[in-house]
Amino acid sequence: MSEDKNIAQDYIDIFNDHRATIEHSCGKEVNAQREAAYKLFAEAGFPDSKDEDYRYTKVASYFSDNYGLDLAGKTAVADTLKGFSCSVPDIDAHTIYLINGWYYTESAIKDLPEGVILCSFSEASKKHPELFAKYYNQKAKESSDSTVHLNTMLAQDGIFFYVPKNVQMNKPVQLINVLSANVDMLSSQRSLIIVEDFAKAQILICDHTLTNHSFTANHVREIFVGNNAFFEYYLIENQHNKVNQVISSFIHQEANSNVHSSVVTLHNGNTRNNTFVTLAGENSNSELYGMAITDKQQHLDNFTEIDHAVPNCTSTELFKNVLDDTSTGAFKGRIIVRPDAQRTEAYQTNKNICLTPHAYINTRPQLEIYADDVKCSHGATVGQLDEEALFYMQARGISPEEARMLLMFAFTHEVIDQVRLESLKERLKTLVEKRLRGEISKCTGCAMCG
Amino acid sequence: MLKIKDLHANIDGKEILRGINLEVNPGEIHAIMGPNGSGKSTLSSVLAGNDKFEVTKGKVEFNGVDLLEMAAEERSREGIFLSFQYPVEIPGVSMVNFMRTAVNAHRAHRGEDPISASDFLRLMREKKNLVELDSKLANRAVNEGFSGGEKKRNEIFQMAMLEPKLSILDETDSGLDIDALRIVANGVNKLKTPENASIVITHYQRLLDYIVPDFVHVLYKGRIIKTAGKELALELEEKGYDWIIK
Ligand SMILES: Nc1ncnc2c1ncn2[C@@H]1O[C@H](COP(=O)(O)OP(=O)(O)OP(=O)(O)O)[C@@H](O)[C@H]1O
Ligand SMILES: [Mg+2]
Repeated sequence: MSEDKNIAQDYIDIFNDHRATIEHSCGKEVNAQREAAYKLFAEAGFPDSKDEDYRYTKVASYFSDNYGLDLAGKTAVADTLKGFSCSVPDIDAHTIYLINGWYYTESAIKDLPEGVILCSFSEASKKHPELFAKYYNQKAKESSDSTVHLNTMLAQDGIFFYVPKNVQMNKPVQLINVLSANVDMLSSQRSLIIVEDFAKAQILICDHTLTNHSFTANHVREIFVGNNAFFEYYLIENQHNKVNQVISSFIHQEANSNVHSSVVTLHNGNTRNNTFVTLAGENSNSELYGMAITDKQQHLDNFTEIDHAVPNCTSTELFKNVLDDTSTGAFKGRIIVRPDAQRTEAYQTNKNICLTPHAYINTRPQLEIYADDVKCSHGATVGQLDEEALFYMQARGISPEEARMLLMFAFTHEVIDQVRLESLKERLKTLVEKRLRGEISKCTGCAMCG
Repeated sequence: MLKIKDLHANIDGKEILRGINLEVNPGEIHAIMGPNGSGKSTLSSVLAGNDKFEVTKGKVEFNGVDLLEMAAEERSREGIFLSFQYPVEIPGVSMVNFMRTAVNAHRAHRGEDPISASDFLRLMREKKNLVELDSKLANRAVNEGFSGGEKKRNEIFQMAMLEPKLSILDETDSGLDIDALRIVANGVNKLKTPENASIVITHYQRLLDYIVPDFVHVLYKGRIIKTAGKELALELEEKGYDWIIK
């Protein structure tokens, strides 16, 4: 057996040995999906270097440590949240915590608009079994990415967020993800978000790691956005160098819906962000933004797939990365335009700055266009900071360090400026500045990691 | 103020400056003229500290200190200003941020605190008026999408903001319409004091009607081959360079 196969087998064994424990704290809707996921994962194993979509990210290695699993939600270090403050504080939001993927209940949410549900999986199973079962794993199960099925096989908890028809939420939900354990750990968090017709919702997800252990977070998020609905998704990844993160988000959009997604990777060991969008209803619009700053030996891989399944939809992608030291990256953007998806507009841009000769990124668009009346564009650049601009600024008395900062802020702000939550936008600019100035060399808000 | 002695400079191993000698005193205006490719912009770049060019020989003293030892930003803070022949566009960096950073770098160099927000806005407004720079331009990214003339006007605006001791204007007149030329020249004249000096690089006598030079130099193939009073510019306009070169 190859190395990768051995790693996969470990998880299959864990599942077989502990299946009863895993299922014990979960509802039948979640457990019902395990068998099929198990078969898919056992069959496929981890994606290897022959898998074109994982060519630049050896994802199996992220799972190779001898990880523990927090099967009962008890591993969190005592008083985990004591003294902790998220790096995006003071946002007027409905704030909830997940600790090692488990819904943290002390902070019950009060002022939710009528009909909105924001709760753990077990509560969703108990109180809204039909609604939950109607959506859970419906997009994810079709995925060709076996890390998704690994998640489904092991997933126990996460958030269930439901916004009924016509309800427009004016406050975002802030989900603070905390990893905290005294052992190296794998977390398989799961989220299910449903924004019904004519509804509006925003979610801000902040990831933090509070102990100095190795973690792999293998998360899956399914997001269903109904007719004429609005959804905004913000993800701030800010963790220490021993964190591997594999996040797969599935976004399903009905007619006339609008989705905005911004994924900001401030600091992380290894990151793979998968975003799968299905434009399933006409006149739907999807905007995906991404910005990452990497240094040391970090690795970042943004993978997107936008499926234009019907006519008259638009999609826009802008991903920008700043790579320092010997960090590496990859971007792959697949756009599928189905045969009758006429009048599709799809625009994709990926721009990268490599600050040293050793930093490296591989960028690749992949257009699969089967319709003829289509406007599609893609562009990718990999470059250095503009020498002429640097000299121009120096000639005005600005130090080379500061001139580089100004250019890097300018480069990253093009993405941050797309953020529609004003308070978050300003906060992100501050965080990006701190990060670029080397003031965030570990996750902020945590006292313990080094 | 500025003493250039036998200055030689290369780019990519090719010698462009081949022994420049020039002395500029406070209160003086020097015009440098000369055919395309003679090394005028190279001289300004070398003085401003662009390390694309390699100085192979010679000395430059600025107010008694060795200029060539200083980094570009130090030269600026010490009072040298280059108005670029081709100002650089910096997308995403706002004029306000750029100027504030520059002004504060100069202040820090003088041991002063950063400028307050209100003082900075007042300063910007005052200097914008001086060169009649459109407020809309000052709210945009540095030179981004500016027309050729707007870029040149922006150079003089920056000069007004930084109040240099020695300004080097590299073809600031080219690309300017007649009105703009007058405005820019007026700006330069208003900033003139008995303590500061200017080197004005131009191809046209026209600018020198507004900014009257004390000396006119002809730069040819990396050397100053003739120096005279302001009447030389008129003569060059009429006769071209051939009669000096021969
Ligand atoms: N980066 C470079 N690489 C190679 N040669 C260069 C470079 N920059 C300038 N040169 C050469 O140096 C010489 C002098 O150029 P410079 O720009 O100083 O001329 P100039 O007198 O300012 O001309 P103009 O009147 O056209 O502005 C030219 O022959 C030019 O081609
Ligand atoms: Mg020139």
